[in-house]
Amino acid sequence: MASQALIRDFEDLIGKENVFSSEADRQSYSYDSAVLAPVVPSLVLRPTSTEQLGVCVKKLYDNGIPMTVRGAGTNLSGGTIPDNTDTVVILTNGLNRIIEINSDDLYAVVEPGVITAQFAAEVAKKNLFYPPDPGSQAVSTIGGNIAENAGGLRGLKYGVTKDYLMGVEFFDATGEIVKSGSRTVKCVTGYNLAGMLVQSEGTLGIISQAILKLVPPPKASKALMAVFDEVQDAAEAVAGIIAAHVVPCTLELLDNNTIVRVDDYTKAGLPREAGAILLIEVDGHPAQVADDAEAVERVLKANRARAVHVPKDAEEKFKLWEARRMALPVLARCRPTTVLEDATVPRSQIPAMMKAVNEIAAKHKLEVGTFGHAGDGNLHPTFLCDKRDKDEFHRVEEAIDEMFDVALKLHGTLSGEHGIGTAKSKWMEKETSRGTILFSQRLRRALDPKGLFNATKLVGI
Amino acid sequence: MSNLHELSQRLMALDDRITACMKCGMCQAVCPMFGASGMEADVARGKLALIDNLAHEMIQDPEAVADKLGRCLLCGSCQASCPPGVQIMDVFMEAREIVNAYLGLHPVKKMIFRALLPQPSVFNLAMRVGAPMQGLMFRSTGAPQGTVCAPMLNFMLGDRHMRPLAKKPLHVRHGALDERRQPGGIKVAFYPGCMGDKMYVDMAEACLKVLRHHNVAVFMPKGLTCCGIPALSSGDADGMVKQMKVNLKALDGGDFDYILSPCGSCTSTVKELWPRYAGRIGAVEKRKADQLAAKAMDINAFLVDVLKVQPAGTPAGNATSVTYHDSCHLKKSLGVVSQPRAVMAANPAYKVVEMAEPDRCCGCGGSFNLFHYDYSRKIGQRKRDNVVASQAEVVAAGCPACMMQLEDVLSHNKDRVRVMHTVEIYAESLK
Ligand SMILES: Cc1cc2nc3c(=O)[nH]c(=O)nc-3n(C[C@H](O)[C@H](O)[C@H](O)COP(=O)(O)OP(=O)(O)OC[C@H]3O[C@@H](n4cnc5c(N)ncnc54)[C@H](O)[C@@H]3O)c2cc1C
Ligand code: SF4
Ligand code: SF4
Repeated sequence: MASQALIRDFEDLIGKENVFSSEADRQSYSYDSAVLAPVVPSLVLRPTSTEQLGVCVKKLYDNGIPMTVRGAGTNLSGGTIPDNTDTVVILTNGLNRIIEINSDDLYAVVEPGVITAQFAAEVAKKNLFYPPDPGSQAVSTIGGNIAENAGGLRGLKYGVTKDYLMGVEFFDATGEIVKSGSRTVKCVTGYNLAGMLVQSEGTLGIISQAILKLVPPPKASKALMAVFDEVQDAAEAVAGIIAAHVVPCTLELLDNNTIVRVDDYTKAGLPREAGAILLIEVDGHPAQVADDAEAVERVLKANRARAVHVPKDAEEKFKLWEARRMALPVLARCRPTTVLEDATVPRSQIPAMMKAVNEIAAKHKLEVGTFGHAGDGNLHPTFLCDKRDKDEFHRVEEAIDEMFDVALKLHGTLSGEHGIGTAKSKWMEKETSRGTILFSQRLRRALDPKGLFNATKLVGI
Repeated sequence: MSNLHELSQRLMALDDRITACMKCGMCQAVCPMFGASGMEADVARGKLALIDNLAHEMIQDPEAVADKLGRCLLCGSCQASCPPGVQIMDVFMEAREIVNAYLGLHPVKKMIFRALLPQPSVFNLAMRVGAPMQGLMFRSTGAPQGTVCAPMLNFMLGDRHMRPLAKKPLHVRHGALDERRQPGGIKVAFYPGCMGDKMYVDMAEACLKVLRHHNVAVFMPKGLTCCGIPALSSGDADGMVKQMKVNLKALDGGDFDYILSPCGSCTSTVKELWPRYAGRIGAVEKRKADQLAAKAMDINAFLVDVLKVQPAGTPAGNATSVTYHDSCHLKKSLGVVSQPRAVMAANPAYKVVEMAEPDRCCGCGGSFNLFHYDYSRKIGQRKRDNVVASQAEVVAAGCPACMMQLEDVLSHNKDRVRVMHTVEIYAESLK
């Protein structure tokens, strides 16, 4: 726990009500959504203005105290778990103002603690659209989204958080304020530091403000569900759709185990014997939507889709997407521990990856369900286990090791969207190179000489 | 309980259920307490982690844990939307009981839960003595909700605006009821709940009127008392069990097909909690509680599902607009959602308009309201803003505790929105 003197200093600086030092409070910031051991921080601070944030960072820097910034703590890679028990956690939920939504120039300026879904809803009230929609959007924050470069179901057509970041303002480790980007569509002033902050996982700076791009909402959309006997065919259909130059906004895959589990739970009447289903949505101008849907259907049939369903009304469409939304919740109900992974491969390699995941699971006698953003090649093999069963959990770890080996061999990546944190840092060199690690560490040390920002995350410092 | 070790052993027994929490954090989206405080320790994820750590004796401060556990409305919103379906409410209730057993119950709570509430005659007497004295302490707020406040009792009640106690409680007005069943007809036990009996008597009368209109015979014995949920939420399972025993005895021997309450909290207690705790008294009581639970039904659900009350069709041109607040116990525990809306729509003089977030907790939370009035008001303000934004003239709920909270926040804001029970709205349309 932090010294009484330090606690009092912070109470003077940002108010007693924003400094949390009790054991119970501190321990509730010792974990995030990753399946990793908790580490209790020494103190928790909640600045309520940019100025207060700067003051906190400076004071911690001057005292050489490590710090970890935390949005909603929904990251799946341990990014918000303190490096050690000296660490101070800085919360961003005191910085949660939407400063501006500009309908003429199509941008918004927000503080980092703004909740993604709430932001999207405010924007929608002005008939504008903020597409990034991670599954955690009801609680995750814009700061966390930028720092993890979060993506969502619409990533295929609309891209991910980085594609909407026009500018940032952030504090470096010494407490200096840094700005990059602007409210203009074009801006080439200085280094693209905004790009650097994307997926930096709290290691380079603490974002205090972001300028986000907005787009006009699509006028129409249409959903389809295709049923395949073989995963292989579904995967080939994915590649076929893209090759036909149709870019759906969403293209999701559910494997057999996931289908069965979801159907057991929802009794939705899903095709239980199907090897896989694809859920597809096309959007845009009504004429384009009709064309695209037709083209998609053609490709699906050409790739041996056993059936293609088009929901006839909004209610049926809702039910269709419900199957996808329920994938994780339903799998999570099966066993005490759910380890959701994030293996991502080029789209053409999805069949090989799916095959490998199932073989690896069988070899280690583990249950796995795979679903994910097939259109992006971003799969979420989800291992079901009980982490208290040491042997079983060890087998899960081994399986994950092997799975990433396969993903990398297939020219894939360790993480499509959940980040590296501490959970995957040991594989970084395998995907990149020794030089990449050293370069990244040099960069970090130059910007954060005392190694105070999330030092153990990503590549270490 | 003698020591922290024993305490942690009991908590360890909850381990299985706590482990099911995958720490996804999705409960943050729906937790009213987290919405108001923004503190991780206040949301289900934080509380489960706290209980888990306490179980492993990492925290040596059970008072702090008791305090954190108390910062919860037990609204069940987290459980209703938890992806892996963690039985959060069971864990919280049990953890409160365990921590409470270790720390001991607050003397005031002990007096209320174990001496006052299990003795209906003493409870009723206290309230009857209190009712005429209200005039001395309370004065009208002048708000459209007809609320009163008591500046002299601020130390105890805070700046609350509330409905005055009824001059004559329901049980005094009617005595014991045991009406004769019509040939082939239905007979119900009517459980008005403390608030239906002592504060919202007009609401309880409206229920009786509706039941009579539909030729339903009513059984309302003497000697009913609190259902026990306030005691249980305070960690006093013994107090709750005592109160349940009194009620089981009062209802014993009655011939009825359903037991109905206009209070969502009472209904869910009878339906879900009595059978769970009755085994602690004995096998006979357990059987009785199980039988009652099978017959327990929310009055809205009874009107719609059993009596087939239906919406009246197009509302009148000058219909009063009413918006509906989904009480947590009704929606999240009992799954009663469409029926209260249908009951209101059965009166063509009203038109139902939806507010934003109708199922977001209003912030009452039973005894939470007593101990965390500041948060309760803060949470209530969001509900008030949604009610006002709906532009409805009336806000209705299916739970008197929510009605009390709605009246408090609306009255403080001097809003011209009246608060009614859904059944009162329907009753108005009956001759
Ligand atoms: C059920 C569930 C579904 C999910 N679905 C998706 C999905 O579909 N797509 C996806 O991409 N991810 C998904 N995630 C992962 C996670 O929600 C995202 O990574 C999200 O962006 C994290 O946001 P957060 O506010 O919770 O950030 P946190 O978890 O609090 O923080 C994440 C990282 O960002 C850093 N950080 C936070 N705020 C700042 C700031 N102001 N400045 C600098 N660094 C900061 C932290 O230090 C940490 O390293 C999901 C997670 C869960 C639990
Ligand atoms: S929603 Fe459920 S599983 Fe997720 S953190 Fe909350 S309690 Fe745990
Ligand atoms: S019961 Fe309600 S107040 Fe308590 S943690 Fe769950 S959502 Fe929050």
